[in-house]
Amino acid sequence: MRPLTEEETQTLFAKLANYTGNSLKNLIAPIDNSPNGDRYVFRLQAQRCYYVRLSLANLATSIAKDKLLSLGICLGKFTKSGKFRLHITALPILAEHARYKVWVKANGEMPFLYGGHILKAHVGRWSEDCPEHQGVVVYSMNDTPLGFGVTARSTQEARRLDPTGITVFRQADCGEYLRDEDTLFATS
Amino acid sequence: MGVSRRMKKQGTPEPLDEAHFTNLKRKAGMSVMDARRESEKNAPNPKRRRSNGDKRKQDEKPKTKEAKEKISGTSKSAGSVPPHRSAIKKSKKPDAVTLPQSDEGDDDSDAVMNDEFDVSGSDTEDAGMGDALDSGSDVYDSGDDHAHRAMFSEDEDESDAEEKLTAANIVGLTRKLDKEQADQEAEAAAELQEAALQTNIEGERLLLEESDDEAEAVKTNALLAPDLQMLRQRINDTIRVLKDKTNFAKYAEEGRSRAEYEAQVIKDICLYYGYNEYLCQLLFNLFSPSEAFAFFEANETPRPVVIRTNTIRTHRRDLAQALINRGVTLEPVGKWSKVGLQIFESAVPLGATPEYLAGHYILQAASSFLPVMALAPQEHERVLDMASAPGGKTTHMAALMKNTGCIFANDSNKSRAKGLIGNIHRLGVKNTIICNYDAREFPKVIGGFDRVLLDAPCSGTGVIAKDPSVKTNKTEKDFIMLPHLQKQLLLAAIDSVDHTSRTGGYIVYSTCSVTVEENEQVVQYALLKRPNVKLVETGLVFGVEGKTAYRGKIFDKSLSMARRYYPHTYNVDGFFVSKFKKTGPSPTGSTAGVTTAPKREDVDEMDVDKRPVPETAEESEDAFGGFDEEEDEEYIERAKKAVMRKKGIDPKALKGHQNKKKNGVNGSGTSGKKSSKSK
Repeated sequence: MRPLTEEETQTLFAKLANYTGNSLKNLIAPIDNSPNGDRYVFRLQAQRCYYVRLSLANLATSIAKDKLLSLGICLGKFTKSGKFRLHITALPILAEHARYKVWVKANGEMPFLYGGHILKAHVGRWSEDCPEHQGVVVYSMNDTPLGFGVTARSTQEARRLDPTGITVFRQADCGEYLRDEDTLFATS
Repeated sequence: MGVSRRMKKQGTPEPLDEAHFTNLKRKAGMSVMDARRESEKNAPNPKRRRSNGDKRKQDEKPKTKEAKEKISGTSKSAGSVPPHRSAIKKSKKPDAVTLPQSDEGDDDSDAVMNDEFDVSGSDTEDAGMGDALDSGSDVYDSGDDHAHRAMFSEDEDESDAEEKLTAANIVGLTRKLDKEQADQEAEAAAELQEAALQTNIEGERLLLEESDDEAEAVKTNALLAPDLQMLRQRINDTIRVLKDKTNFAKYAEEGRSRAEYEAQVIKDICLYYGYNEYLCQLLFNLFSPSEAFAFFEANETPRPVVIRTNTIRTHRRDLAQALINRGVTLEPVGKWSKVGLQIFESAVPLGATPEYLAGHYILQAASSFLPVMALAPQEHERVLDMASAPGGKTTHMAALMKNTGCIFANDSNKSRAKGLIGNIHRLGVKNTIICNYDAREFPKVIGGFDRVLLDAPCSGTGVIAKDPSVKTNKTEKDFIMLPHLQKQLLLAAIDSVDHTSRTGGYIVYSTCSVTVEENEQVVQYALLKRPNVKLVETGLVFGVEGKTAYRGKIFDKSLSMARRYYPHTYNVDGFFVSKFKKTGPSPTGSTAGVTTAPKREDVDEMDVDKRPVPETAEESEDAFGGFDEEEDEEYIERAKKAVMRKKGIDPKALKGHQNKKKNGVNGSGTSGKKSSKSK
């Protein structure tokens, strides 16, 4: 387990900023204002990046490298080529700080949770002035985060789209907890 | 002939009732109307199927006074029944097989003895009783049953064909049905007669012991399915005899001891429910006979499905509403839990609803709430869960701690840890560190916890309903190995706790097993080995008290503060929960506590983890013959030389130097060992 290098931090933040926008800095702000206040840090362990309280990260140092399976929240993994891939486990953090959002209707929930992209017919509501290829968090109509993706069209263009046209490309959805349990976590 | 397919699939049969048979008939191609008519007709004699055996039995002993006359009237050969007639049809034939009247001498005497029994009592129970009495013909019965079954399946095919009939041959079908009906009517009449006969066989003496030749016959026919109805009846009767002293005096045969009855009922239970003999004995001894029967019976029915609301994400009321909208019928699991919801039926798979995937709830047995409720972790504490997969209890703890503090979720099995990590992330738990140690290593990895939950790996005798394989695959060895592991784990758990913790200092030990070996004995062991812990109230509102004495073993009085849960009393999985409070520092404290004990004892306790049978460690050491220091010296020397050679050092060249060094090494080695122990 180690903190991220400069390069890794940049890759990660670029990725996160795609979803959170300016509120990215809230991610790393101290939790309270006391002098020794706890704050969240990023830790790398077995190619996976974890978002975790500093106090927790410090405690985890007593666990041997090969015995430590996970800590805090797993954001995703660094691929061998140095890119960063967000996992569905990062959803609570993205949802908390998301800039653009899409709400799907009840009839669109299951198709999305089974790994489908979001069609225009299924969109119940979405943030205005959303540009193309922008990271968005997907919610159900009762504000439960279900996953996240990338917009296929800007809001304006999407208006002209026919109902079966794809508006958001899925990147991760909650169904992965069931579908990809074997590959999602670092327990080889 | 092996056990028939139907027998393999069906498990233990439920008590048969008429409705069941109407179903069967319907399936076999009979129209609803027919079935209904038939069921009406059969109403006075509800246990239809049983009459099979009864009739046969009747036939076997027409020595009974009335029996002789009546049956001789209707007598007819069963052999004449064509092989592809259905079981039901056959049972309805006004048959009466003239079978050898040879065996069953005692039966007859019974029957004669009880002539005065009321005819009107000729209902199901009598029929069943007759079955029990008929055990002598067991072998024949089971063989016969098989024939029935084979016929039955064939009959279904036949019925399929029937369905395909065109209008052209409906006439033929009608005729056939008419004939069937006539048969049935005649049958019913015969049955009435039989019912009258039956009463003659009913007796004060309830059961028949298995005769030797029968036992042998059973052995030779081990592959045949046992006559389950009869078995069940015999179990019932034996339990009745064993119930208490008055019952025993009243019903027991003379010259037959309680032990014999017990042996028989255990044997029967093994056969009926499919337990292995050792486990059956173990579980039977845990309860009174009637309670044991209830326990075995409860293990055959599934426990209710329960989900736990994830209070990190949602509230129970909201979740219940969301699920009801999806067509789930549910209600709160009980007053004792604020987060549990019991599911009665569901139109959707509960493990794949959007709410589930969003982490609003987790499927978790009601009994698994208990240890966490007993542990009652507080916010900002450091907690250890020693065996955490699949994470139900860990996430429950996190929810109680409101995602603050720190939870070390350990599991020794990496493949199970996958599900654990998944659940933890799905439920939005942020305060866990998941590791993969053997939990016995624990105080060494990190100690100083405020609370430790040890939900120990166990034999699973409390969750047989969930995992019936326990019935057969747990042997005597498991009940030595598992308690041993549990004792080590519990000591490790105790040592990992910080006794100076302001809010905590608690250990909860729980298992999903009901045996005393894995529960009370383990706790007792820990109390003896660690005088710095004491049992405290679990804070759970229901449950049976822990045992303070069991089959001659006396446990600590405080064990009554532990709680046991049984499937037959609370309809939760069998479970054991005990809670310790640590009052002093662990090994040093405990060694200080036993200053009077010889030093060797001290060493034993430290090394306890490596010993196969810790309780008798001292004795076993003697049994091994102790150590011969001088002889060992030689081996140690040789091993050291080998090591040096491996490293490329010539041991001869350094001999003098080495000798000098050796003493030093030895000294420091032992002292090092000691210091590490005293930590």
